[in-house]
Amino acid sequence: MDSTIVLFLVQDAIINGAIYALVAVALLLVFAVTRIILVPQGEFVAFAALTLAALHAGRAPPTVWLLVALGVLTFVSVAWRQRRFFDARTLAVAALANLALPIALALLAQAMAPLKLGLASEILLTIALVTPMGPMIYRLAFEPLAEASVLVLLIAAFGVHFSLTGLGLAFFGPEGVSTPALIQGSFMIGALVVTGQSLAVVLATVALLAALGWFFRATLFGKALRACASNRLGARLVGVSTSMAGRIAFGVAALIGAISGVLVGAISTIYYDSGFLIGLKGFVAAIIAGLSSYAGAGVAAIAVGLVESFSSFWASAYKEALVFAAIIPVLVWRSLVVGHIEEDEE
Amino acid sequence: MSVLRRNAQIVFALAVLAAPFSGVMPAYWITLFDYIGMSTLVALGLVLLTGVGGMTSFGQAAFVGFGAYTSAALTLDYGLSPWETLPISLLVTGLAALLIGAVTVRLSGHYLPLGTIAWGIAFFYLFGNMPGLGAHDGLSGLPPLKVGAYALTDPRDFFVAVWVAVTFAFVASRNLLDSRIGRAIRVLRRGSTLAESFGAAAAKLKLLLFVYAAVLAGLAGWLYAHFQRAVSPGPFGVVNGVEYLLMAVLGGSGRIFGALLGAAGVTVLRDQLQDLLPHLVGHTGNYETIVFGAILVLILQTAPRGLWPLIAGPPPPPARPAPDGKTSLPTREMPAAGEPLLEAHALLRRFGGLVAVNDVGFALRAGEILALIGPNGAGKSTTFNLLTGAQTLNSGTIVFRGQEHRTMTPQLSARNGVARTFQHVQLLSDMSVLENVAFGGHLRGRAGALRAMIRLDRGEEAMLLAEAHKQIERVGLGEHAHKPAGSLALGQMRIVEIARALVLDPYLLLLDEPAAGLRVAEKKALAGLLRDLRRQGMAVLLVEHDMDFVMSLADRIVVLDFGVKISEGEPQVVRDDPRVREAYLGEAV
Amino acid sequence: MSEPLLSVRDMCVAYGGVEAVRGVTIDAKRGSIVTVIGANGAGKTTLLNAIMGVLPSAGAVSFDGAGIDRTPLEARVARGLCLVPERRELFSNMSVADNLELGGFRRSAAERAETLEQIYARFPRLKERRAQEAGTLSGGERQMLAMGRALMARPRLLMLDEPSLGLAPRIVRDVFDIIVDLRRDGVTILLVEQNARAALQIADYAYVLELGQVSASGAAVDIAADPRLVESYLGLGGGDY
Repeated sequence: MDSTIVLFLVQDAIINGAIYALVAVALLLVFAVTRIILVPQGEFVAFAALTLAALHAGRAPPTVWLLVALGVLTFVSVAWRQRRFFDARTLAVAALANLALPIALALLAQAMAPLKLGLASEILLTIALVTPMGPMIYRLAFEPLAEASVLVLLIAAFGVHFSLTGLGLAFFGPEGVSTPALIQGSFMIGALVVTGQSLAVVLATVALLAALGWFFRATLFGKALRACASNRLGARLVGVSTSMAGRIAFGVAALIGAISGVLVGAISTIYYDSGFLIGLKGFVAAIIAGLSSYAGAGVAAIAVGLVESFSSFWASAYKEALVFAAIIPVLVWRSLVVGHIEEDEE
Repeated sequence: MSVLRRNAQIVFALAVLAAPFSGVMPAYWITLFDYIGMSTLVALGLVLLTGVGGMTSFGQAAFVGFGAYTSAALTLDYGLSPWETLPISLLVTGLAALLIGAVTVRLSGHYLPLGTIAWGIAFFYLFGNMPGLGAHDGLSGLPPLKVGAYALTDPRDFFVAVWVAVTFAFVASRNLLDSRIGRAIRVLRRGSTLAESFGAAAAKLKLLLFVYAAVLAGLAGWLYAHFQRAVSPGPFGVVNGVEYLLMAVLGGSGRIFGALLGAAGVTVLRDQLQDLLPHLVGHTGNYETIVFGAILVLILQTAPRGLWPLIAGPPPPPARPAPDGKTSLPTREMPAAGEPLLEAHALLRRFGGLVAVNDVGFALRAGEILALIGPNGAGKSTTFNLLTGAQTLNSGTIVFRGQEHRTMTPQLSARNGVARTFQHVQLLSDMSVLENVAFGGHLRGRAGALRAMIRLDRGEEAMLLAEAHKQIERVGLGEHAHKPAGSLALGQMRIVEIARALVLDPYLLLLDEPAAGLRVAEKKALAGLLRDLRRQGMAVLLVEHDMDFVMSLADRIVVLDFGVKISEGEPQVVRDDPRVREAYLGEAV
Repeated sequence: MSEPLLSVRDMCVAYGGVEAVRGVTIDAKRGSIVTVIGANGAGKTTLLNAIMGVLPSAGAVSFDGAGIDRTPLEARVARGLCLVPERRELFSNMSVADNLELGGFRRSAAERAETLEQIYARFPRLKERRAQEAGTLSGGERQMLAMGRALMARPRLLMLDEPSLGLAPRIVRDVFDIIVDLRRDGVTILLVEQNARAALQIADYAYVLELGQVSASGAAVDIAADPRLVESYLGLGGGDY
């Protein structure tokens, strides 16, 4: 193994690691605000890649029907929960967000798709179609479980993942897609070939992380999310509702997922169920970082990328087994560092 | 009555086993029930793990894989018969679970399930990539199960093998739960503090349960391998792991028959959906996951205890072995009144920058009631927790019966003969009062899990329950012994906690706000009980808000404020102490 | 205007199996300081949490003439009902300024800016420390921040749960001075205190809570002079067990 190969593997690790870092950041955010471990984060990634591929081919993406279906279900469930405490204003807002918006987006996508307006507008439309799914899923599945334990929320998250994967197959079919690179071509740095897409992935990741940093530090809603993570009761006492924070967190997670999907589609072929492994690797990074540190998760994500790319070089058959087995020593380490934790603190 | 019921159960079991030979049951359903039986075994392990022990695993399918692959490899490569590989399969699965569990079970809260997902996936890919295990194609041509020369190849014959295994698993699991170890396992759900406060080793019990659940999964895997007569990695992935969890949640985690209901529900539903959904969608695929996922979420939202309790109602009271009246548990000899029992020296505990307990010391003698009082935030509860080992000392020593301790743990405290109650009542609300109280005697029994499963623990169990009964009568709750603890009023629950503490046969009883929520008559009864215990030489340390109660009962009082002892002495002295008045009423500003 | 700002009727709160509050009826007149005193465990904190909507309760609560039983906690904040809880519940890993800004989450940006200036004027210490993380503040500063954060919501009724808890006597005096100032500015105060003497000194009206029930009520000066108060606090009530 010479230095070129090492550099190549490192480059590979950084690109994949950047995607895992995005997933990990979304998982950390959602966990901090809602205590939910968002297993279906990977589905946002896969759905975005599949949506972009359809739009780029000039077809209206099946995502529109998925979005409308989710919206209708969400609205019905919100209305059902209101059967005893009817509140016209809440219901009207829910109708706007879950019925009017998805239908408008669906019509827009139907109209725009055949025009082939170019990659930039297709990406924007993709993000617009995938992001609203986050808050809808929160309302549909998790809002009624707001008081449940982390364990119950995790099991529910797997339920949502199950359903979404099945829906992904039903709506998108079993075929894999790849999407066009954001930056075409490649260039040489020394002996190393750097593709435009890897540059785009790294740039986009850094930009997105910077934007998130700004959102959390400078905006009132960003601060409200941090407040929920810091002290749930305190947040409620200043008027930040748990439900609203949950919806925002899921929205941001879906947005990050959509952007990850746009990036990853040009690196590897994406199927309806590809999101699970991508999500889980981000998940591994988040766990390594103790489900608390954003910077730690970023570093851990690159480490996961490194384990993955080097093990695929030496023992490609055992690549996945190695990546997931790598978490066991980390857990041992954590259990030694953290020591005895009282579980009834929750 | 119980003989009748047992006979009825045996007749029912035989009828089930004979069903496929009746000619009425269609072949299709026989095969389906073979699968249901195998899934039931896995789900049963999860019911115990999740609903009873408060842990969860998404990786049970991997243990099924261990059982299946072990038997497959050994029968094919070494020509062993399936009966020979059965103990080896269970042993390999158990050992794997022991290793994995030793790492993961210690993890708190969400780290445990996350760990199970990680190794669940790792093993899935390992099975699929090891050439020795046939990689993605798996292994085929496995020998069938044979009884003598008769091969159980027909699903109908296999039905008997599967359901005999299920029956054994149910009996063993029920016996385990209804035992000393089982009570301790059920207590785990409330967190380690409660379990360890009565001397149960929480980490060991969790590991035991984890290995037991894995062995059940391994048994299912062994059956599966010789039913299919082939193994491939497909059925052992995390998706299947989640399906097993769905079975446990759907049926009702915590109730063993929930496993059967859940396994049947999911298996039948999958079978129906796999026929129906591809027609609706237009092409083939695993669309049943859409419905499964939705059911999982809906059950958690609307019936988090699963369907079994909705169908079967509350659990029946467990069979109680009758004490033979001749033997009873040995009891400790109480020290003579006035003998020094406990001395706390310069206890210190910091939380961040705050010193919650600062240089607090006092002594307690046998046959004495000492009250610890003080305003909110004075450090009473922290002191209490330091003495019981629920929180660790930063410095200071605790001398108990002449032995000096610089560190204290709840288990050590229990072994020393110190029993406690909790400020926030810690009872298992779905367990009967009797079972809750009997847990207090955990350290007075010695029967382990295996003895419990085959019911060799009955003599000891009868004595434990008799002792529990005695203490329940003593605190005046005899008529409530068989009610679920959760159905009692809060004041009564506090009294149940005292009965549980008494079953430990303690030298020292630590009571955290025992009178809160009690009515006047109940308080009088409690005071009478405590005086009675004092007469017998037991020492009582009391944290209590009700001043009338404290003043008329305690021999001495220690007053804390801002983590410091500000006064100590007989009630009258403390009451007249100006520092105490100031601490309680505040000063004018 | 004679109608009370807050009116609680027959409130019962069952919490973890205990009936911690049993049929409590209290009123708070506009612009007054009302105190609820009582020994440890009498149900004071539970009562405040139920009025705020943190805990579910039975009975009727009306605020400014409108029933708010079904109004969720967050909407009660928007209406001008605020609680400074016993444990302060600050955002300890966020700056003092962020904590204050979030206090005005339900107010407009202009209102927030204006209120923030007033709060910095009232608590100059918070202005000095505005960039510091809340978790690093001293006990007294934390209480100031908790009050400041609540004031950012422009409350009409401010409920304070044990504001003197864990504070040195000099700082307790500062806190009580601020409470008196707030009344002067038209904020109605519901004060729960274990430091009964201090609370009765500044309050207009007082309720004594014993085992979840109101055992006495009246003008604060009368209650302060009532010998039964000392009895109930020090176990001289004659209850013999």
